[in-house]
Amino acid sequence: MKLPRTLIFGGILFATFLFAALASFFWTPENVEVLKITSRFKLPSVINWFGTDHFGRDIFSMIMVGARTSIAVAVVAVGIGIIIGVPLGLWAASRHGHWLDDLIMRGNDLVFAFPSLIIAILITAVFGPSAFNAIIAIGIFNVPVFARISRGGALSIWNLDYILSARVAGKGTFRISAEHILPNIANLLIVQGTIQFSLGILAEAALSYVGLGVQPPTPSWGRMLADSQTMISFAPHLALFPGFAIILTVLGLNLMGDGLRDILDPRIRRAQK
Amino acid sequence: MTLLNVENLTLSIHDTKILDNISFSVNEGEIFGIVGESGSGKSMTALGLMKLLPDGAKMTGAVTLSEIDLSKISEEKMCSLRGNAISMIFQEPMTALNPVQTIGNQVAETLIIHGQAKRSEALRVAREKLNRVGLTAKQFPLSKYPHELSGGQRQRVAIALAIAMRPQILIADEPTTALDVTTQSQILKLLKSLVDEEKMALILITHDLAVVSGLANNVAVMQNGEIVEAGKTKDVFHHMKHEYTRQLFSASNHVPTRNPKLAEVPLLEINNVIRNYKLPRESIFSRQKDFPAIRDISFTLKKGENLGLVGESGCGKSTLTRAILGLEELQGGEIKLEGDIVKAGKNLDPNIRRKMQVVFQDPFGSFNPRHKVGRLISEPFYLIEDQPKGLELKNEIDDALLNVGLEREDANKYIHEFSGGQRQRIAIARALIIKPSLIVLDEAVSALDVSIRAQVLDLLAELSSKFNLSYLFISHDLSVVRNITDRVLVMKSGRIVESGQTQMVFNDPKHDYTKELIAATPKLPKNFNQSI
Amino acid sequence: MLHFAFTRLISLSLSLIAASVVIFSVIEIIPGDPASFMLGINAQPDTIAALRDQLGLNGSIISRYFNWISGMLTGDFGISYTYRVPVSELIMARVWISLPLAIYALAISTLIAFPVGLIAAANRGRPVDLTIMGTTQLGVAIPNFWFAMILVLIFAINLRWFSAGGFPGWDQGFLLSIKSLTLPAIALALPQASILARIMRSSILDTLDQDYVRTARAKGLTRSQAIWRHALKNAMIPVLTIIGMQFSFLMAGAIIIENVFFLPGLGRLIFQGITQRDLIVVESVVMLLVFAVITVTFIVDITYAAVDPRLRRKQ
Repeated sequence: MKLPRTLIFGGILFATFLFAALASFFWTPENVEVLKITSRFKLPSVINWFGTDHFGRDIFSMIMVGARTSIAVAVVAVGIGIIIGVPLGLWAASRHGHWLDDLIMRGNDLVFAFPSLIIAILITAVFGPSAFNAIIAIGIFNVPVFARISRGGALSIWNLDYILSARVAGKGTFRISAEHILPNIANLLIVQGTIQFSLGILAEAALSYVGLGVQPPTPSWGRMLADSQTMISFAPHLALFPGFAIILTVLGLNLMGDGLRDILDPRIRRAQK
Repeated sequence: MTLLNVENLTLSIHDTKILDNISFSVNEGEIFGIVGESGSGKSMTALGLMKLLPDGAKMTGAVTLSEIDLSKISEEKMCSLRGNAISMIFQEPMTALNPVQTIGNQVAETLIIHGQAKRSEALRVAREKLNRVGLTAKQFPLSKYPHELSGGQRQRVAIALAIAMRPQILIADEPTTALDVTTQSQILKLLKSLVDEEKMALILITHDLAVVSGLANNVAVMQNGEIVEAGKTKDVFHHMKHEYTRQLFSASNHVPTRNPKLAEVPLLEINNVIRNYKLPRESIFSRQKDFPAIRDISFTLKKGENLGLVGESGCGKSTLTRAILGLEELQGGEIKLEGDIVKAGKNLDPNIRRKMQVVFQDPFGSFNPRHKVGRLISEPFYLIEDQPKGLELKNEIDDALLNVGLEREDANKYIHEFSGGQRQRIAIARALIIKPSLIVLDEAVSALDVSIRAQVLDLLAELSSKFNLSYLFISHDLSVVRNITDRVLVMKSGRIVESGQTQMVFNDPKHDYTKELIAATPKLPKNFNQSI
Repeated sequence: MLHFAFTRLISLSLSLIAASVVIFSVIEIIPGDPASFMLGINAQPDTIAALRDQLGLNGSIISRYFNWISGMLTGDFGISYTYRVPVSELIMARVWISLPLAIYALAISTLIAFPVGLIAAANRGRPVDLTIMGTTQLGVAIPNFWFAMILVLIFAINLRWFSAGGFPGWDQGFLLSIKSLTLPAIALALPQASILARIMRSSILDTLDQDYVRTARAKGLTRSQAIWRHALKNAMIPVLTIIGMQFSFLMAGAIIIENVFFLPGLGRLIFQGITQRDLIVVESVVMLLVFAVITVTFIVDITYAAVDPRLRRKQ
C-alpha cells in the first residue's frame, strides 16, 4: 500500500524530534547543566550548531533535552485523555437516551466551555508549577475531546445492523462495545490522538513560557523562548531555534494526522478532499 | 417529432468504460423507460445527458436536443439549458432539497436564475407549480422548510422546481425507489399527468420492470453499459429477443419452488402485544407523550410455515421485529417462542434466543468490517453453552458456507470483498449456523437486484425444506411476499388490518387498506400476449 | 425558537454555577488554607489569623461560597490583597484592553479565514488550494507568543513601524490605541485564522458533496452560483460553533500575549496575582473570563438556531 506523502514527511519530522529526545538521555553535544559565561551569545558555528545562549549553553543540546519535556508532557496528557475519555464516551453511547448519557454529555460540554489554557494556568498556579501539574492540567482537557469523539463514533455504529445481530447473538453492551465498537472507532481515535498530541506540545510550550510548566534547571522550549525575549534584538537565534523546534514538531504531528486519516478511513478522505 | 436524439454515447471515468455506444431517441410527449439493474449505467446515462458527470469523466457521441448538440456546447450554455429545456429529478428526496431554504424560494430560484422573472413574480409562479404537483397552499405555504415535509412531499417539491420553466424533457432517475408503494403510485400518476398536459417528454429510469411496463411507451433495457434491447414496450416484453431481457423478466416474476411441511404446532405466538415509545418532550414543562408503535397485535406462526408481514414505513414492523427478537420491552401482552416467553433485556435465556435468528436488509451495515467472514458467521455460537472450537468450529463454518452456495476459502476473507448478493448469503449462513427453528427476514431481499433476489429466494426455499425452518418474512414489497409466503399479515399504524392465506388476500382483499396497497403496486403481467 | 433559547439559557446558568463551584474549590478549598497559602511558609500564626478574619475565611465553606457569589452578582469582587483596592476597579481598568484585543483578533481572523477558505474550496486541487493548505498547515503550528516576538523583532525593532509594546490608553486617542493593539492582534489572529480557514474549506467541500447542490446544478445554476446560493449558508453552520470556541482560545491567547507586548490587561493582572499569591484577584478574574466564554458560546448557540431552521421546533 502506497503511503501518503503527508504521512511520510510528517513522520520523518516528528521522528527526528523523538529521536533527539531519546538520544538526549545518552548524549548531547554539550552538557546543558554547565554554565559557561565566557561562551555566551555565540552565533551558530561548527562547534555550536545553533549557537549558545545567555549562559553559554549550547542551544542545540538544549533543544534536544527540551524535546523530552514537550513530548513527554504531551504524550502522557493524550494518554490521560484516552484512558479516561474513551471508556466514558463508549459508556455514554451505550446508554443513549438514558439520563446517564445526558449527564456525561453535560459534563463534557461543561469542561469544553472552560477556556482550557486559563484553567491550566489556574491549576499550575495553585498547585505549583511542575511538569506533573502541567500534564494533569492539559490532560484534563483531553478527556472531553476523546469522550465526545468516541461517543459520536460509537453512536453511529450502534445503529448498524451488525450490532443488532450481536445482540440477537446474546451479547451484552459491554462485550459489544469492546468487540465491535472499539475496533471500529480506533481509526478516529488514532487521528485525533495525533491532533491532541500536537495541541499538547503547543500547550506545554505556552505554560512553560509563562513560567508554569517544568521548572529550571530542566530545559523546556517554552522557557527558552521566555528567556530569549529581552535579548531578541541582538541575539535572535535564541528565539528562532526553539520556535522552529516547536513549529516543526507540531507540523510533523499534524501532517502525520492528515496522512493517517487518508489511509485509515477512505470515507473521511472523500469528504476531506 | 424527435425531441432528443442520442447517438453513440460512450463514457469512461478514469479510464474505466462505463457506457458503450448508447443510442436512442425520445419523442415529444413520450415516456421513455430505461430499465436495468445496478451497474447497468442507467444513472450515468442520465447524468451524461445533463452533463453533470463527475471529475475524470470523458464522454463522446452526440446528444441532440431540438437541433442543439449538448455534447458540443460550453458549460455556460449548458447551464442555461438545465432546468429550462431539460430537467432532472433524483432518487433520494430526503436529501434533494436545501434544508435552510424555504420550498417557495427553491422553486422560485429556477425562474430567477434563468432571468425569467423578478422575485415576486417568481414566487407567484412557484405557488402555481406547487399547487400543480399536489401541494396546496393551505397545508404547504411557500414558507415551509424541507424538514417539515415527508419523503413523498419533498419529491413533489423537487418535481415542481424541475418543471417550473416547463422544460421539454424531464429525466427521472429512480424517482420512487425510496418511497412507499402508495406514495410511489401517486408520484407516478403525477408524472404521467404532467406528460399528458404539458406535452413534456419523460425519461423514466428504474430497475422495476413493473413500473416501466405500466407507464412507458418505449423502453430500453441496459446491461453493463450497453443497451441490449429497445423498442415499443409492448413489443419488447412480448418478444424479448435478448437473453438478458428474458432473464430480467423471469426473475421479476420468479416463484421459488417450495415444499412447505406445515405442522399444526405453533412456533411463534404473539398475544396482544403493545409497545409504546416515549416521545421527546415538546417543552420543558409538558409531560412526555407516548407514541403507540404496536397497538394490540396477535398472530401465530406455525412450524414449517412461511408467514409474510407487509406494511409501509412507519407501520411498526421494525419495532415488531425487534420485539420478537427480544430486543424491545413490551408494555402489554407477551411473545412466546416454542412455548417459552420472550422477555426483552439481558436476561433473555440464551436457550430461547438460539431458536431464532435474523437476516437484515442492508448487506453493507450487516457486518463488522474488521472481522473475517469465519468469525462473522460464527457469532451466534455465543448462545450455545458448549461452543464448538478448533476443528469442530471450522467444520461448522465450512458447512454453513457450502449450504448457502459459497466456498470454504471465503471464511478467510473480509466482508468488503463480496457483492451485495453474496453478503446476503453470508447473512443467511450466519442465521443458519446454530440451526434455529425460526428465521426472521427483515426486508432481506429488498436491497438486491432482481436477478440476485430470485437466486436468494430460491436458496431460502431450499434451506427451509432441508433444515425444517420457518420464516417470518417482513417486507414492504407486495410482489415479493406474494410469491414466497403461505400466509400474510397486513400491518398499518401498529395494527394488523388483515390476515389470511396469501393467494386469498391478494386475489380478494377485504380491508380498504389492503385494497389500496394492492391497487398501488405496479403489476408486471405474467405474459405479454394480452395487451396492456 | 423561544423554547430553544430557554433551554439554552438554563444550560448557561448551570454551566456558570458549575464553573463557579470548580473555581471556588480549586482556589479556596483544595490548597488548604488560602490565608497561609497567600502569606507563605514563613508567616506567623497571628498574621495568618488576621488575614483569615479580613478575608472572611472563618465561615463555613457553603456560606463563603454564597458570599462570594452574591458579591459578584452585585459587582463586588472583593479587595485585592496586594493592591488594597477593590478588584472590580482593577478589572475595569484592564478589561478595556483585553476585551478589545480579543475582539480585534477575532475580527482579523474571520476576515482573513472566510475568503481564504472559500477560495481554497472553490479551487479544490489547484495550485491556489495547495498553497493555501500548505500555508495554513504551517500557520496552525506556530505558537502565537513566538510569532508575537518575531513580529516585534521585524516590525517594531527593525522597521520601527510600531512600538515594541505598551499601551497609551484610550484617552490618548482611538487610532493610537488601536495601533498599539495591532501587532498583538495579528499575532493572535494568524494561527487562529489558519485553523478557521481549513475548517471553512472542509465545511464548504462537505456541502458541495451534498445532494441538494446536485439539485441546484440540475436547475441550471453554475458552479459558483451553487456555492454562493446553497453551499455557503449550510457550510457556515458548523463554522459558527468553531468561532465561538475561537473566542475562548483568543481570550486565553490574549492573556499570554500581553506579556510580550507589556499590555496592562487582564493577563498581566492574573500573572501578577499568581506571583504575588493574591488569590482574590486570581479567583475573580478567572471567573470573569469563564463567564465571558460561556456567554459567547450561548450567543453562538442562539445564532445557530436562527440560521438553521431545523433547530426551531415549531409544533
